[in-house]
Amino acid sequence: MICFPNLFGDCRTIGRRAMRLLGLLQRRTRAASGVRVPSIQVSARIGLDRSQGVRENTLMRRPALVLGALSVSWICPAQAEVSFAEQVQPLLRQHCVICHGEALQQNGLRLDGSEAAMRGGNSGPAIEPGNAAGSLLFKRLQGSEGLQQMPPGRSLAPAEIETFRAWIDAGAEWEARSETSDGTADPGHWAFRPVRRPPVPAVVGTHWVRNPIDSFVLARLEREGIAPSPQASDQVLARRVFLDTTGLPPDPGQVVTTADYDALVDRLLESEHFGERWASAWLDQVRYADSDGYEKDSVRPHAWRYRHWVIDAINSDMPFDRFTRDQIAGDLVPGGTTEERVATGFYRNTLKNREGGVNVEEFRFEEALDRTNTVGTVWLGLSVECARCHDHKYDPITQKDYYRLFSFFNALDEIDIDAPLPGEIGPFLRSKPHFDRKLEDIYARYDVPRLMGPWTEKMLWASENPGVEHEWDTTWDILALYLDDGQRILRTPPSERDWREDLALTEWFLRNYSRVTSKEDYEATGFKDAVKEVHTLIDGFPDVSRARAIQPYAGGRQSHVHPDGKWDETAEEVASATPAVLPSIESSGAEPDRLDLARWLVSRENPLTARVTVNRIWQEYFGTGLVATSDNFGLRGEAPSHPELLDWLAAEFIDSGWRMKHVHRLIATSATYRQSSVPRDDLRDRDPSNRLLARQVRLRLPAETLRDSALAVSGLLDPKVGGPSVRPYQPEGVTDLSYGSSVKWSESAGSDRYRRGVYIHFQRSTPYPFLANFDLQERNVAECSRGRSNTPLQALNLLNDPVFFEMAQGLAFRVLAEMPSQSFDRRLDRAFSLCLARGPSESERGTMLDYFVRQRALLEQDEESARAWFPFETEGIPERSDPTVAAGWVGISRILLNMDEFITRE
Amino acid sequence: MNFETYRSVLTRRSFLDRCAAGIGTIGLAQLMAADGLTVATPTAPEGAGRPHFAPRAKNLIFLFMAGAPSQMDLFDPKPGLRRWHGEPLPPSMTSDLKLAFIKPTAKVLASPREFSRCGQSGMEISDYLPNLQRQADDICMIRSMQTDQVNHHPGQSMLMSGSPLAGRPTMGAWLTYGLGSESQSLPGFVVLSSGRGASGGSSNFSSGFLPSTFAGVPFRGSGDPILYLSNPSGVSRESQRLTLETLRRLNDEKLRDSGDAEVASRMANYELAFRMQSAAPELLDFSDESKSTRDSYGIGQEPTNAYGTNCLMARRMVERGVRVVMLIHASWDDHTNLDEGLKKNCDITDKPAAALVADLKQRGMLDETLVVWGGEFGRTSLGQLKHVGDKVGRDHHPNGFSMWLAGGGTKGGHVVGSTDELALKAVENPVHVHDLQATILHLMGLDHERLTYRHMGRDFRLTDVSGRIVDDILA
Repeated sequence: MICFPNLFGDCRTIGRRAMRLLGLLQRRTRAASGVRVPSIQVSARIGLDRSQGVRENTLMRRPALVLGALSVSWICPAQAEVSFAEQVQPLLRQHCVICHGEALQQNGLRLDGSEAAMRGGNSGPAIEPGNAAGSLLFKRLQGSEGLQQMPPGRSLAPAEIETFRAWIDAGAEWEARSETSDGTADPGHWAFRPVRRPPVPAVVGTHWVRNPIDSFVLARLEREGIAPSPQASDQVLARRVFLDTTGLPPDPGQVVTTADYDALVDRLLESEHFGERWASAWLDQVRYADSDGYEKDSVRPHAWRYRHWVIDAINSDMPFDRFTRDQIAGDLVPGGTTEERVATGFYRNTLKNREGGVNVEEFRFEEALDRTNTVGTVWLGLSVECARCHDHKYDPITQKDYYRLFSFFNALDEIDIDAPLPGEIGPFLRSKPHFDRKLEDIYARYDVPRLMGPWTEKMLWASENPGVEHEWDTTWDILALYLDDGQRILRTPPSERDWREDLALTEWFLRNYSRVTSKEDYEATGFKDAVKEVHTLIDGFPDVSRARAIQPYAGGRQSHVHPDGKWDETAEEVASATPAVLPSIESSGAEPDRLDLARWLVSRENPLTARVTVNRIWQEYFGTGLVATSDNFGLRGEAPSHPELLDWLAAEFIDSGWRMKHVHRLIATSATYRQSSVPRDDLRDRDPSNRLLARQVRLRLPAETLRDSALAVSGLLDPKVGGPSVRPYQPEGVTDLSYGSSVKWSESAGSDRYRRGVYIHFQRSTPYPFLANFDLQERNVAECSRGRSNTPLQALNLLNDPVFFEMAQGLAFRVLAEMPSQSFDRRLDRAFSLCLARGPSESERGTMLDYFVRQRALLEQDEESARAWFPFETEGIPERSDPTVAAGWVGISRILLNMDEFITRE
Repeated sequence: MNFETYRSVLTRRSFLDRCAAGIGTIGLAQLMAADGLTVATPTAPEGAGRPHFAPRAKNLIFLFMAGAPSQMDLFDPKPGLRRWHGEPLPPSMTSDLKLAFIKPTAKVLASPREFSRCGQSGMEISDYLPNLQRQADDICMIRSMQTDQVNHHPGQSMLMSGSPLAGRPTMGAWLTYGLGSESQSLPGFVVLSSGRGASGGSSNFSSGFLPSTFAGVPFRGSGDPILYLSNPSGVSRESQRLTLETLRRLNDEKLRDSGDAEVASRMANYELAFRMQSAAPELLDFSDESKSTRDSYGIGQEPTNAYGTNCLMARRMVERGVRVVMLIHASWDDHTNLDEGLKKNCDITDKPAAALVADLKQRGMLDETLVVWGGEFGRTSLGQLKHVGDKVGRDHHPNGFSMWLAGGGTKGGHVVGSTDELALKAVENPVHVHDLQATILHLMGLDHERLTYRHMGRDFRLTDVSGRIVDDILA
């Protein structure tokens, strides 16, 4: 069997890909010659056998020939490469260690660690490296030589037994995952080794090198005998770096020359729009949304305050260690500020299930797990959640490790806090007394205290006497679900309640009194009107901004291992700790707390955080990370394409004082980044995925950047930074599929409709369609890299969405208004320059002119439509009497906003 | 386009990863056509979009009855409850119940419904479903369904994605990922709604971590059937055509200069979008359906018009190659006033659903179309009184409930499994939702253990770590 360097991913992927290729080749061949290529079985086998590898490029070059060669190669005995971690260990764990592991050692044999396994059991050595046929383990799996077949009663599949054969024949390497008897693991996996700053390699082409990134990239290219690509044109580079850093297109006429490029990067990194663009990438990871998720999917009116904090933090280049500390433990910082507590809104992004009838404790548990998983993915790049039910199948994380980590997040209380922005406190204090008087007045007029007192008493009684009066049981139960902390507030004597708590409970009482009274009696109270009055009062009150935060749960909470991950089953007690395979955590007290955890995450010894973070920055600039699996640095993740570069960047990140902008600057000013993105014929075979970085790549813009670009060039963009979420236009009926069609979307007024995409209200159950169409996921779990799909729904969206049509109108208006008495050519230059940072080619000019003439001709017969295309008045345009001219410019603008080049950063 | 460009399409991972849907197929077909190659009508793309073995069903229509219909009032007669009616059950009998709202001391509610033995098979079906009664010999009734979840969102998520937690791909997404689509002008996975959203919202048809190409596309009840399907106001079809033609010329230039196959794919998608603009309205135009067909679905009559329209649309979509159609009807969540609520929902859905099965059968399509009817769990045999003065309802019940399947290689006129005489739990041949999922995939030619997608280092599947094929369902 042919085995090739694993340049393209694992064998299985190649197999799958080869299968598709073969299928297509068959079709091509069929179509061309009418002859059927009899190779379906071959292609099917490629797809199914994960241990086989096929080099696809060879295949492509000589289709017929290689198909033949492939068939032949199949007949040869296979010497497939077997990955211990990926293939053998999972089988051992799944089928063997239950009887031959820590708990039980049937016949004296243990198969959960290298040392013991090689030693064997009562029948002697089980594994003879290099000789499967002679190994007892293999014979047992086969059931040969009259031995009882293992595992008893459910033997492995033949392919699985073959995996063992191949592994033993190849030397039975236990790889780096050797586990010793006490369960600790040797951190041999590259990502678990400490970050060491590697020396910058020497290269021949020193003139190309702009900073050490380039030395690492070039050293590899020189080894491969590949030259880097030339620098992109000034226009392409300008548009690229603007879009990548700020998410907005360059100002028209912005000329970038090599001489002032570095200064431009500096300026862009200082732009307040930088934080908006890069907040999106962070918000994906921490699954930010403006609603709870699950059935009720209630709106979170204060969620934006956390987003505001993220944008601020990124803009001010808050060091990543502090960025980490504030989010993980801002509430524990001695003498902490409001902003530090706002940062703990990180935890509040978890979904909340307020569905009637849910068990509150079950979902509190789920929230704590979700927070554990998110920290694992975001900071460590590890799928720790795999260890919820059992030890991780691939990574050295035990179930106990998992619940130790979970323990950090198991005793959090959710709390909403006042988080005023500058200028808010004065009006608040001035209006508060008036607000209080008005509220008292409403309560008095509707006789609220008289009914609420006994209701409170009865609720407390019901809480202690469940099962007697069902409607009271239900009301008590849902109080906990619908109103955060509702039961605690109700138990607190009214005089001791915070004014907000009292208001929240009273408002809830007014709306829910109907649950325990007849319809007629409820009507008689007039509470429906009272609720309206209260809401009107609240809406008119200049309240301060609020934030969703957390604080330690006062009671503390003992954590346990939960067998099979079940919330209501507990096994041994565990204390907060970090995974044993990673460097140990230093504790400031008896048991480490979240502050210690935060320090540990960003300690120099932690091998993951810096690597994971620089890799995610890198992937936004190159489409793919140095580690392609940016969500997984575990054993199943892909190895880095440039390990030394990754480590150098990580070290540089740490040594710079965890300055994110320092990393951005290094990347954006490198020669590597500045290369042309035009695919090269000489690389198609050698490096189809551009892992060697001999060029840049063309990338479809992320959803927000696409919207923001179109808004910017159309002149509609409101560039205001920060603040609450906005709801731009969306067609009616989008929210119909929310639970009971209960989600309301009231369109924002004025220029708020034209704010940047990062501010669009994110309703989990019915996301804004444009964002969903362009791959913004539902923000239910941490998302480390966005997809870049290419679908017909996107085409419909950009062509027909009234929002985009309005942008086309805006762009036409802008071009006409800015160039009132200019020729078609000059206007077209302007439109191209706004959208693409370049002028049109001659053939593009011809195409657009052809369109303009024909479109006007179509509209000439239909003046009403022409006016619908361009419903504005523009002063000073000579052709204003002919509506088809302006309409034609709307048409051109619409085409420009749909051009592949506009949607793409090159 | 030259072969080099075409080839680079194939070698680009991001493209291939998304290639399993019909969209990918069409993109390739377009590229091949642009290359001067004639291709047969593309079916599933090679490789990803290919069944593991010969499928029994090519298409799935999932009549999703969100909110949990009451099995003992519709499908699973329990005369044994009469003896206990109005009484609480002894604590020993209720200890295994998972309840959302009521306490185990709630009183038993016997069904007021009458059941008849129907068809040759003698399957018992409630009098609230007179039309389904006539189709009894075509349906396979599972009376022993089980799930782990007792609340709607997690329950729906469990049924659709195999996990109670949001964020996993749903069945429709897995199927289009696994099989591709046969439609050249419609999405591979379409969602229709009666108007009221289900608890799961869009997570019922989400692509989760699969590429978003595989997400269900909602067809809307009002306005554009697909979002942004119609041209902006004032833009005629001729203008749209001209716009796209111009766009194609400009993009073609970019394709030549950049050699980036993603451009070719985008061009193909704009063409597909343009075709959808005429194909989708054509779907809604029932003028080529006979009056008797329309009448049989209850179209033009109330209260069946909306659901009947969706059911007929589902058949028309399947005819046009849409792989999975999901019809959401909400809500069956009758905590109060069960008998009236049930009647209302049955009156809306019974006739259209039965007509769909009959129509598919009569057209010879039932063999290859799998129809599934059911919700996320069932309801308790204990009654629920929620408000003062309420009429009685039932609470959530995950331990034993009913669903039915028809066509697509399932056994007609057959009952699978049973519950105990008080409807407390499935006792015979319990079918967990993971088992149902495994069986549905099996019927559609996919091995649920092999249909995987790697995410965060793990190969995920619809059935998580369990699921067995229920042989008793298979014809």
